[in-house]
Amino acid sequence: MTAESLRDAYGNTLVDLGKAHNDLVVLDADLSSSTRTSVFGKAFPERFFNMGISEQSMVTTAAGLALSGKKVFASTFAVFLTRTYEQLRQSICYNNLDVKFVVTHAGLTVGEDGATHQIVEDVGIMSGLPNMHVVVPGDSIETASVMHYLYEKTKTPFYVRLSREKFEVVNDRGYEFRLGKGVTLKDGSDITILAYGAMINFSLKAADILKAKGIDARVINMSSIKPIDRDMVIKAARETGRVVTAEEHSIYNGLGSRVAEIISEGYPVPLRRVGMKDNFGKSGKAWELFDYFHMTADDIAKASEECFRVEKYENIP
Amino acid sequence: MDYGNVELKKIANKIRHDIIEMVYGANSGHPGGSLSITDILTVLYFKEMNIDPEEPDDPGRDRLVMSKGHASPGLYATLAERGFFPTSLLSGFRKLSSKLEGHVHRGVPGVETSTGSLGQGLGIGVGMALAGKLDHRDYRVYVILGDGEIEEGNVWESMMAGSKYKLSHLIAILDKNRVQLDGFTDDIMPMGNIRAKAESFGWNVIEINGHNYDEIVSAIESAKAYAGGPTFIIANTVKGKGVSYMENTAKYHGSPPASREEYEKAISELDMELIQ
Repeated sequence: MTAESLRDAYGNTLVDLGKAHNDLVVLDADLSSSTRTSVFGKAFPERFFNMGISEQSMVTTAAGLALSGKKVFASTFAVFLTRTYEQLRQSICYNNLDVKFVVTHAGLTVGEDGATHQIVEDVGIMSGLPNMHVVVPGDSIETASVMHYLYEKTKTPFYVRLSREKFEVVNDRGYEFRLGKGVTLKDGSDITILAYGAMINFSLKAADILKAKGIDARVINMSSIKPIDRDMVIKAARETGRVVTAEEHSIYNGLGSRVAEIISEGYPVPLRRVGMKDNFGKSGKAWELFDYFHMTADDIAKASEECFRVEKYENIP
Repeated sequence: MDYGNVELKKIANKIRHDIIEMVYGANSGHPGGSLSITDILTVLYFKEMNIDPEEPDDPGRDRLVMSKGHASPGLYATLAERGFFPTSLLSGFRKLSSKLEGHVHRGVPGVETSTGSLGQGLGIGVGMALAGKLDHRDYRVYVILGDGEIEEGNVWESMMAGSKYKLSHLIAILDKNRVQLDGFTDDIMPMGNIRAKAESFGWNVIEINGHNYDEIVSAIESAKAYAGGPTFIIANTVKGKGVSYMENTAKYHGSPPASREEYEKAISELDMELIQ
């Protein structure tokens, strides 16, 4: 497998979309060379607006552009968009506007920049907003496909979360993103691992570790966090009897919480959640932080084995 | 439309009546900051703005963003009197069966964007004006700000953006009624020399009496003629204008007439104003 930049895929796809569509405009807040919106800015300077280090201004200006018929993509680092929660809530989501927030440098993978920049709460924050959709692409191919899907098929607010790091390519070149649909990357019958973003690759490796121990794990890419593929989660619980979630995010208010809600209401089975606990990150190399916070393939495999030591719900009197 | 000052005064008086009826009927709402901008809204909607209630989505229309979204009674009453929807619907204000949400709501005909949480409207105006420039349209974008509201940092971020992009079709109007929820703005958070602040942010600044029709008209005409960038009109107003006991006090920022007697006094004072 080869690792590719999701940010590059974003910037390049923006240019492709910009060539085809005059109503596409892009905003950034002084991070365009990092988020890669600068590529669009060079190609279409008249349709690119660098709002400076003023995220509230960026979000409200995006609202005004969308209210005037523009399709808007706006980018900054994930952590900085969260300071505009209330602008997102009122000006974007309550108005239900066609603005796509594609944020980068989310989660632990921002590495050396440390805890101040390693946001692991954003998926929960954004998922709580009515009308907001939340997508976390798993590789460069999915990133490009999500961008096309957003421009061509949607007219509502979206939050798309990207990492600074390159991710291993896990999807085929012809892959097409579908909102609200999980994607089975590896079938299996004994346990299901639900993952997104950086944790997909760790989950596939965990499946290899489990295979050596005689456990046949299913791995599903849950890139569409909101709406989530409830049917696929229930089906996985029913067919494999155990579920593990894995995310580069807090287990609270992220995929882990959402899956816990779904299976506890719909088909209760043993569940373990791998991810950040209720704490901040730390400076370090991106991938060594996953060791430090117990979020590697080994940790996912361990969590999976734990599910076999728990009495099944239906067996508890 | 080309109303003279006498007609404008009559329309403004009718809107002020509507405001009192709405907040009294809902037993809640914000009369003070609605009454202070009534004359400005009247000039905009009945004289200056290029709008057609029959074509509320015309891409070439002028836009108004009521950034101080608690002034919903003032905006809703003005839109109804201008013909965007029947005035009979105003009695639904703040009621479950009505679209007339407590704070300005985009679902109401003629409303451009929902507002309520302060500080966001100027940025929306910046976006609308940028879109107008991109599309080579000549429409104006008016944004009404409260003088308490400009304590929000988002406003000053958007002041920078309006100036950077030389948005000559963006006109902000500050309702400087000197009172916010907790008291006088000078006590709660003194903003100092607002004219100097706005000028230093690169805006064309005009200061007027916000209840004098000639001054309001002349300021807007002057803003329209200014091609160098955005204009910031400081309108000196009276909180609660037109109802004696509501004037210059924070008490009626977010409270309706407290009794039947207060309600009747408000209506009778507004009736008297027309006779004078």
